[in-house]
Amino acid sequence: MTDSSANQRLIRVPVLTRVEGEGALVVKLDGDQVRDVQLAIYEPPRFFEAFLRDRSFEDVADITARICGICPIAYQMTAVQALEAALGVTIQPEIRNLRRLIYCGEWIESHALHIHLLHAPDFFGCASGIELARQFPEQVQRGLRMKKYGNRLLEVLGGRAIHPVNLAVGGFYRLPPRADLLGLIPDFEWGLQAACETARWVAGLPFPDFQGNYDFVALKHPAEYAIIEGRVACSDGLSVPHEEYEQHFDEQHVPHSTALQSRRIPSGREYFVGPLARVNLNRDQLSDTARRVADEIGFTTPCYNPHRSIIARAIELVHAFEEGLRWLKDYCPPPVPRAPHTPGPGGTGCAVTEAPRGLIYHRYQVTDQGRIAFAKIVPPTSQNQAQIEADLRQLLPSIVQQPEAAIALSCEQLVRTYDPCISCSTHFLKLRIERGG
Amino acid sequence: MPNKPRLAVIKFASCDGCQLTLLDAEDELLSIAEAVHIAHFAEASSHLEPGPYDVALVEGSITTEEDRHRVRRLRADSKYLVTIGACATAGGVQALRNFADHQDFLRAVYAHPSYIQSLATSTPISAHVKVDFELRGCPIDKHQLLEVIASLVAGQRPRTSTESVCQPCKRRGTVCVVVAQGLACLGPVTQAGCGSICPAYDRGCYGCFGPTRQPNMTSQSDHILRPRMPAADAALCLQSFNTYAPAFSQESQRLWNIAGQPKPLHPSLTVDHD
Repeated sequence: MTDSSANQRLIRVPVLTRVEGEGALVVKLDGDQVRDVQLAIYEPPRFFEAFLRDRSFEDVADITARICGICPIAYQMTAVQALEAALGVTIQPEIRNLRRLIYCGEWIESHALHIHLLHAPDFFGCASGIELARQFPEQVQRGLRMKKYGNRLLEVLGGRAIHPVNLAVGGFYRLPPRADLLGLIPDFEWGLQAACETARWVAGLPFPDFQGNYDFVALKHPAEYAIIEGRVACSDGLSVPHEEYEQHFDEQHVPHSTALQSRRIPSGREYFVGPLARVNLNRDQLSDTARRVADEIGFTTPCYNPHRSIIARAIELVHAFEEGLRWLKDYCPPPVPRAPHTPGPGGTGCAVTEAPRGLIYHRYQVTDQGRIAFAKIVPPTSQNQAQIEADLRQLLPSIVQQPEAAIALSCEQLVRTYDPCISCSTHFLKLRIERGG
Repeated sequence: MPNKPRLAVIKFASCDGCQLTLLDAEDELLSIAEAVHIAHFAEASSHLEPGPYDVALVEGSITTEEDRHRVRRLRADSKYLVTIGACATAGGVQALRNFADHQDFLRAVYAHPSYIQSLATSTPISAHVKVDFELRGCPIDKHQLLEVIASLVAGQRPRTSTESVCQPCKRRGTVCVVVAQGLACLGPVTQAGCGSICPAYDRGCYGCFGPTRQPNMTSQSDHILRPRMPAADAALCLQSFNTYAPAFSQESQRLWNIAGQPKPLHPSLTVDHD
């Protein structure tokens, strides 16, 4: 059970925290001086890493999907790839293409959801996407339709949109009939145009003036916009193979949160993962249309305003539709749905992929009998959590004079730009201000 | 809008997937928002109204002391309380702790277990308050959810299938994976509603909708599971997203006993809360 990576940190056991649900923000002030800011995530712990132990490696994708209903593919994909590394399984190129395709489906449904139902309402004083639809029926309905097509792809290739059943170590349980994928092409052609419209729309939103000083961290791949693999790269120049992730990033357990906070090693600095980090690092590798739209709307990198993440998300929506279209058109079923593998010998393997809301890391140790001996899962939100707190610390001095409701709203909007899993409960902040001094 | 039913969507320990199902009703979402007054739906709106509610859709299981109290307050505030999903109806995957040492789980996951406040058990909503209707699934099915909402708006009891996964599987025209491929499959003892997806994707059903009304669990184990795997593995088949549903819980314990690895329920629990 020990996690004896080379960094010699005291955190010897893996931590997994689910962060959907409610969080609280505690601000401690000394007069108008901000003394402490704590983003507390108190989603009840569910202990995934503990109950994966002793299960068959074949159960892991089904179980880890249940960590998050909004991005189950991210958990499934990272799990199967980490297990393939542990078991020495090599997948066929066609399987890899299908994996990128289904991941595009998840990006589409998740990004379309966040842009239209969770984030855009903030710019118009609306409480919900439903309320926003009264002002912007065309835009919201377009968003819902894009989301539906992302979900439709997950249904065809994954069996269902939430907790898909078709991902397996080595590939898929069943390959989709070619006609089923070809049938999605008209929807995706529409979606590509719709996503461009959305990008133009969100580019004109009234963005608060806020600039962070960020270390952007994302996967980087020599030949493609990194989604399912690559080196772990940082805007400060770090570039390491994913096997060395734990030597550069470390999770810490803080008293005020059930979610862990990741920080960089050795600096202890917080860092930023997600669409804005990805576009900042890999803008040149976006699909042709996505790059063209980014140019047209004047989205330049580096961009240090987290509120503009909604633009990065929309640009990635364009990318996901365009790349998805390519795999749909090119689909040629491989000879078998999944690479064969026999029990033993076991081993240790890890993988990193890009969930819609940022980088996700899994590591498993598998016994010779194919049982999980150890699991470590680092979700995107625990990586962004320290950065979110740092942002709030930077924002608060400029707004502490305002009424508490206004402070809460500004903080909430800033947190929501990260699309943390807690943002699925949009009113997640209970603001408590302790005034001393 | 005084005549519109007041709807609340409330979450306890869960992955958010079941309430997301409502947002995944892309074609119907705006119509639903016209037909009911969405009084409290934190995943979708920051406008949150207190009760009373006509209908509360409840996701998630009870795993903290605070949530035990919260669900009682919600019950008092709600005319109809409907659970959505395996966590709310059967304790969810996190109910695996009910068969294990909770302290061991805490130590395995957290560097500082003392920071964490969590019950040693994960229990369904019905273990705490009266539930008017239970919608099964991990996750729930969108069409069943729409049926529930439409029925409640019309003042009728929802009608959802209680047949086993096998029946719609046959109607779908899927060749039986047990017979043709020799795979283990929980279809005969699992309630329908998912669309019998897994066999259509060349794998056995893994029971995400929980036990059907009168499952023949021992026959399932003895004729489908145990010829294909050791008893301990058969027990694990039943120990996933509905592990604390009484039929799955009791049968998995019987299988553990056969395997010589008894796994009793947490002392504070019994399985007769149904």
